[in-house]
Amino acid sequence: MAHVTGDWNPLGQVFYRKQEIYSMGWRDIDLDKFVVAAAPYGGPIALIRDETKLVRVQGSIRPVIYIYTSSGREISSIRWNSGHVIHLGWSCSEELLCVQEDGSVLVYDIFGQFKRTFSMGTEAKEMKVRDCRIFNSHQGTGLAVMTSSYRIFMVNNVDEPRIRRMADVPGLDAPPSSWVVISQDRQSRVLLARENDLYLLDHGGQYSRQLAPVSQQVEAYTEMAVSFNNKYLALFTNTGLLWIGSSDLERAYCEFDTKCPQRPKQLAWCGTGAIVGYWENILLMVGPGKDYVKYNVDSTVHLVPELDGLRILSNYSHEFLHKVPSECCGVVFKMGSIEPGAMLYEASREFQNGSPKADEYIRMIQDRLQVAVDQCIQAAGCEHEPTTQRMLLRAASFGKCFLSDMNPEPFVRMCRMLRVLNSVRDFTIGIPLSCAQHPFFMPHRLVLRRQYPLAIRICQYLKMPDAEGVSRILAHWACYKNLVKSKTVSSAPLPTVYTVVMHLKEKLTLGDFLMTIRNLPTAQSLYLQYCKEQNREMLQDLYYQEDNFQESANCRVMDSYNETRMDERLRALQQAQEAYTKARNEFAAKVTEEQVRLLKYQMRLEEELKRPYLDLSLHDTISQLTTEGNHKLAEQLRKEFKVPDKRFWWLKIQALAEGSDWAELDRFAKSKKSPIGYEPFIDVCLKHQNRYEANKYVGRIADPAKVKAYIKIGNLEQAAETAMQQRSEEDLNLVLSKCTSSHRVLAEKISTMKAQLSSKK
Amino acid sequence: MAASHLSGGRVNLAILREAARKELLECLDKCDGTKAVVWDEQLTGPFGLIAEYSLLKEHEVDKMFQLRPGRMPAANVNNIIFLCRPKLALMEIVAQNILKEEETGGSRKEFHIFFVPRKSLLCEQKLKELGVYGTFSNVDEYTLDLIPFDSDLLSMEIDSTFRDCYLEDDMTSMYYAAKSLMSVQALYGIIPTVCGKGDCARHVADMMLRMRRELAGTEPQITPQIDCLLLLDRTVDLMTPLPTQLTYEGLIDEIFGINNTSVKLPPEKFASSKQQTGGPQEMPTEPKKLVLNSAEELYAEARDRNFHAIGPLLSRKAKLISAQFEERHGAKTVGEIKQFVSRLPHMQAAKISLANHTTIAEMIKEVTDSDHFMESLTVQQEFLNGIDTDKVNPYIEDCIARKEPIIKILRLVCIQSVANNGMKQKTLDYYKREILQNPNDISYVFSGYAPLSVRLAQFLARPGWRSIEEVLRILPGPTFEEAQRIPVGLRKKRTSVGGGSESPKVTLVYFLGGVTYAEIAALRFLSQQEDSLSDYIIATTKIINGHTWLEGLMDTLCPAPFPDSSSTSKSKGRR
Repeated sequence: MAHVTGDWNPLGQVFYRKQEIYSMGWRDIDLDKFVVAAAPYGGPIALIRDETKLVRVQGSIRPVIYIYTSSGREISSIRWNSGHVIHLGWSCSEELLCVQEDGSVLVYDIFGQFKRTFSMGTEAKEMKVRDCRIFNSHQGTGLAVMTSSYRIFMVNNVDEPRIRRMADVPGLDAPPSSWVVISQDRQSRVLLARENDLYLLDHGGQYSRQLAPVSQQVEAYTEMAVSFNNKYLALFTNTGLLWIGSSDLERAYCEFDTKCPQRPKQLAWCGTGAIVGYWENILLMVGPGKDYVKYNVDSTVHLVPELDGLRILSNYSHEFLHKVPSECCGVVFKMGSIEPGAMLYEASREFQNGSPKADEYIRMIQDRLQVAVDQCIQAAGCEHEPTTQRMLLRAASFGKCFLSDMNPEPFVRMCRMLRVLNSVRDFTIGIPLSCAQHPFFMPHRLVLRRQYPLAIRICQYLKMPDAEGVSRILAHWACYKNLVKSKTVSSAPLPTVYTVVMHLKEKLTLGDFLMTIRNLPTAQSLYLQYCKEQNREMLQDLYYQEDNFQESANCRVMDSYNETRMDERLRALQQAQEAYTKARNEFAAKVTEEQVRLLKYQMRLEEELKRPYLDLSLHDTISQLTTEGNHKLAEQLRKEFKVPDKRFWWLKIQALAEGSDWAELDRFAKSKKSPIGYEPFIDVCLKHQNRYEANKYVGRIADPAKVKAYIKIGNLEQAAETAMQQRSEEDLNLVLSKCTSSHRVLAEKISTMKAQLSSKK
Repeated sequence: MAASHLSGGRVNLAILREAARKELLECLDKCDGTKAVVWDEQLTGPFGLIAEYSLLKEHEVDKMFQLRPGRMPAANVNNIIFLCRPKLALMEIVAQNILKEEETGGSRKEFHIFFVPRKSLLCEQKLKELGVYGTFSNVDEYTLDLIPFDSDLLSMEIDSTFRDCYLEDDMTSMYYAAKSLMSVQALYGIIPTVCGKGDCARHVADMMLRMRRELAGTEPQITPQIDCLLLLDRTVDLMTPLPTQLTYEGLIDEIFGINNTSVKLPPEKFASSKQQTGGPQEMPTEPKKLVLNSAEELYAEARDRNFHAIGPLLSRKAKLISAQFEERHGAKTVGEIKQFVSRLPHMQAAKISLANHTTIAEMIKEVTDSDHFMESLTVQQEFLNGIDTDKVNPYIEDCIARKEPIIKILRLVCIQSVANNGMKQKTLDYYKREILQNPNDISYVFSGYAPLSVRLAQFLARPGWRSIEEVLRILPGPTFEEAQRIPVGLRKKRTSVGGGSESPKVTLVYFLGGVTYAEIAALRFLSQQEDSLSDYIIATTKIINGHTWLEGLMDTLCPAPFPDSSSTSKSKGRR
C-alpha cells in the first residue's frame, strides 16, 4: 500500500488531499456533452444533454434525464416530454428540480416519479426564464430565476413556494456579468455584478451598491462563488484576478493573480478553506494565504461543493478533495510527526509485528496516552479506506489497554459511525458521506432509495427508537409494497400494520385514507378497533361508508346508554331503530322500538307515582308495580308488551311473595289454573320463610310431585303417608333418606310401610 | 415458589419459566436504585407464577401497587415501574398516576413503563397525547407470552382472544401466539411438523413460518424436543366449552374459578383445620387460597377424573394415610423409628392435602346434588343427544323467569343452538325477547361426550387426518400440514419404526381462543393410554370455561344516570 500521505498536497500550513472514492459505474458517458446536476451530501447525479453542444442526430428526439448514484449506477431515467429545461438541480430532500423556460418547476423523486409542480409566477412565464440558481436557504432549498428582462424572482423553500420579487438593478439592460444568491441572517439576497459595479438586492425592493473590494482597476466581475456555509465569497475578474473574502464583502483575505483572464468553467469552494477554479485541463486551488495547488485533469469534470470539501466528478472517477484535519490525520500520518498519536500508531504496528519496539514507543508517550488514543480515534473517522480505519482503530484499542480509566464511549461511537458510513458508502448504495457530513445522514435517505433492509439494520444498529426508526421505515416499505400488492399488509406483523395505518392517516386526506384502507382488511379492522375505543363519531362514519347498518345500530344502542339526558338517549335509540330497519333486522328494530316505548312509559310512571322506574327492565317494572300493589298498571304493561303467560305467573308470584302479599297470592292461585304448576308457589313462600302459606298449596300439586312438596315444607310424616298412598317404594326411600336422628319414630314407621308394600306385591 | 412441578414432563417446561424470570430481572435491572412496581391487575396472577416477591425484593423492589386511577400510594423510591398490558384505557390511568405524582413533588423519581407482552405504537401515541411520554426514562416491553402452568400445560392468559379474533377481526393475539411459538422453538428446537385446523391456526402458522425465515440462520442449534405442533381454532369445536365440565378440576373451575392455577375458596369451611401454615395473622374472612398443580400428589391423581370417582378415591387415600400413621406402633428399633420420623413431613403434607380436597369435594357435592344443577345437567344431556333441540325449551324459559344468571341461560341457549346446528329464527327471537324483557346483570368428561377438539388430536396421532378428510371438510376453516426443515445434524435419531423401545412423540397442541380443563383432562387421558403414540403438551391463549368464555363475548351496558331527574336519585337513596 502506498503511504497514506501519498496524495497529500501542502497549501500553506495545511495539507489537502484528493482521493478517489469511486470509479464510475456508468459507461460511455462524456460529461462534456451533458449538463450535470449533483446533489450535496453525496446525493444522486442527474444528467441531461447539453443542447448548446448538441450533436446533430436524425429526426427530433425528446431529451432524456438520467439519474445516477454518486457511484455512477443508474437509478432511473425520465423521458422528457414537457417544456424546455433551463436548469436542473436537487433539493435538500433529494428531489430533482427541473426548471423550465416558462418558469414552471417540475419536481421528481430519484426514481423519476413525478411528484409535484409549482410556478415562479406569471411574469416569469410571460418573459421566459433565462437563468437560474438553486441555493441552501435557512428554510431548506431555495430557487431564484432571472427572466429575460433581467428581473429576479425567488422562493426560499421549494417545499412551500412563496414567490418574492427582488429589487430591480437600475439601468440593467443587458445580461449581468455574474450573480449569486447569498443566504445569511435568515434572509436571502442576490449579489449581482453589472460590469464592475456590485449590487446587493433584497426582496423588500431595496438595493445597495457595494464598494469595489478589489484593489486594482477591473472592468467586470465575470464569476462569483459563495461557500457552502454562505460565509465566504470569491470573485473572479476579467483581468484574471481572484478575490477571496467574506460574503458581506467586509473582509478581504487575499487577491491572487491567476494570469488567466479567461472566465473559469466553474468556480467552487472546497469546504471553507480554499477556492477551486476549473479551466480546460486544469484545476487551480487557491488558499486564503495566496498559496495554491494545481491539478491537471485530462477530461471534462464537474465540481460539487460540499460542507467540508469538494467532489470532483469525471467520466471515469469520482474524487473528493478536502483538507486533511490537522488535529488528527495530520498529526498521526505527517512525515516525521512526533505527536503522541503518531507514536501510538507506530507502537501498534510494531506490536502487530511482534517487535519489542512497541514498548519503547508506548513509554515515550506514556503520560500523553489519552491524547494519543483520541487522535487515533478521530483520525480513523477521517479516513475513507476501511483498511486504514481499521489500523487506526486497532492502534487506539491498543493504547486503551494502557489506560485504566478510559471512557470507552468515543471509541464505540466512532466504530458505530464508521460501520454505518462504510455501509452507505458502498458502491451499491453510493452515498459517499464524509465524517463531517455524518450528522446529515438519515435512514430516510435509504428509504428514498428503497433500500429498506439496510435502513432497518442501521436503525436497529444505532438503537433508534422504533417509532422513529424501524416502524417508520416498515411503514414506508409497506406503503410502497401496497402499491404493488395489498396482501402484504394482511400477513405483516401487527405493529407494522398499525404503523402503516397511522402513517397513511397522517399522509392522506380523510377521504383518501378511508378509501385506501378499505382495500386492506387487516388495517381496516384495526382502525375500526381503534375508533371503537377512541373515536365513536368516526366509527359511525366508517359504518356508514360500508353500509354496515347492523353494526351502526349496535353502536348507537351502546352509545345511548352513555347519554345522560333522556331526550338524547331516546334520540340515539330511535337512530338505532332506523338503522336496524335499514339492515332488515326487523326483530332488533322492533325490540328497540319497544325499549323506547318502555322508557317513555317509565317516565310517565315516575311522574304519576313519584317513584323510580327508569332503566328497570320490563320484567322488573311489572314486578315492582306488583309488589307495590298496582296490579292494574302491571296488567296494562303485560298486555302492551305481550309478556308470555308462564313468565308472567313466575313474575307475579315472586313479586307478591316479595311484598308479603299472601292474600293476593292466594287469590291469584285460585284465579285460574297455573301454567307453571304449584311448586313455584311453595318455593316462593319457603323463600320468604312462610311455611304456613306454603302448606296451602301442597294440595293443589299433582300427585307424582306431592311427596317432594311435603319434603320441601318439612312435613315428612305427610310425605311418608302420601308415598304410602301412592305405593311408591322409591318415594318412601327418599323420605327415609331425609330422616335424621330426631325422626326415629317416623323412620321406624316408614320401614314398616316398606315391609307392607313389599309383602303386598 | 418451587417450580419442580414444571420439570416432571417429557419436555422440561421449567426452562421456559427460568427464561421468563431472567428477562424480568433484566428489565428490573435497567432501572438503578430502589423501585416500586405498579401492576396492571390482570398481570399479577401470571407474574406470580414467574417470580416470587422475595426475588423481586433482591432486585430492590420495595413496594408493589395495583394500577388504579387517581393518585398512587406514596413510596420513597428512586424508580416507579409500570408493568401493564398495551391497552389504551390503561394508558389514561398511567398518565393520571404520573401527573398526580409529579404534582405532589417530593423526591425526584424516574418513571419506566414495560408493556407485557409487546409494546404498542397506539399506546405510545396515547401516552404522547396525554403528555407523559417524555417523562419515561424507559419505554420497553417484557415478553411474557406462554406461562408454564404445569409440566404439560402452558397458557398466555389473554382474556379476549376469541372475541378479538372472531368478533373484532383483530388478530393481535394471534401475533402474540406466533411469537410465543418462536420463544418455545428457541428453547426446545424447531418443531418439524406443524398441523392445524381453522383460519386463526392458518394465520398463526403463516406468521410463525415467516418469523423463522426472518431469523435466517440465527436460530439456536437445538435438537427438537417437540415432534409435532397441532394448532386448533376454538371455532373448530364450539360445543365443548359450553356444557358443565364434570371432571374434578373442571368442576372446581366451574364453581369457584381457577385463576393462574390457584383457587379462592370460602374460608369458613376451612376454619377448623388448624394445621394450616397460614399463621395467626390470617383473617378468617379472607378467602382461602389453594395452589392447584401436579406438585400435589393427590391432586395430580384426582383432577382429571370424573367427579363420581372422587369420593372413592378420597376414602381410599384416607385409609392409606391412617395405615401409614399406624405404622408407628410397629416401629420397634431406633432405626425403624427414625425411618418413620423421616417420612412424617411427607405424610403430614398428604394429610393436609387430603383434608383440603375432602372439604372441596364436599362443597362441590353440595352444588352437584342441588336440584338446579341436576335439572340443568339433564337439559344439557338432552341437547347433546339431540333431543328437542328445535323448539323453545321450557327449562330455559323457567330460568329466564326465575332470573337465573344470564350466562347460565346463554350457555344453555348456545348448547341448544350448536347441537341443532343453528336455531330457527323464531325460536332465537323468542329467547332474545324473553331475555331482553328480563335481563339479569350479572359430559367421561361430560359423561358420555368426547370433545371434538381432542378427537382431532387423537386422529392426528393415528391413523392421521387423511382418514377423516370428509369430517374435516365440514368443520370451519382451512386444514393444513407443513414441514419445517431442520439441519440434518439436529434431527432426532429414531429407532426404526416398529421398534418397541421407541418413546412416543411429543405433540404440542395449541388451542387458539381458549381451552377447558375437561379438554386438558381428555388429552392427558390420551397420553396415559398404554398404546399412546404421543405425549401431549397443551398450550393455549387462555384457560376457559363456558362461563368465562361467554363473559368475554358480552358487553356490559350500564345506563348512565340522568342527573336532572332528582326524584329518582332521592328515592333510590332511601331504599
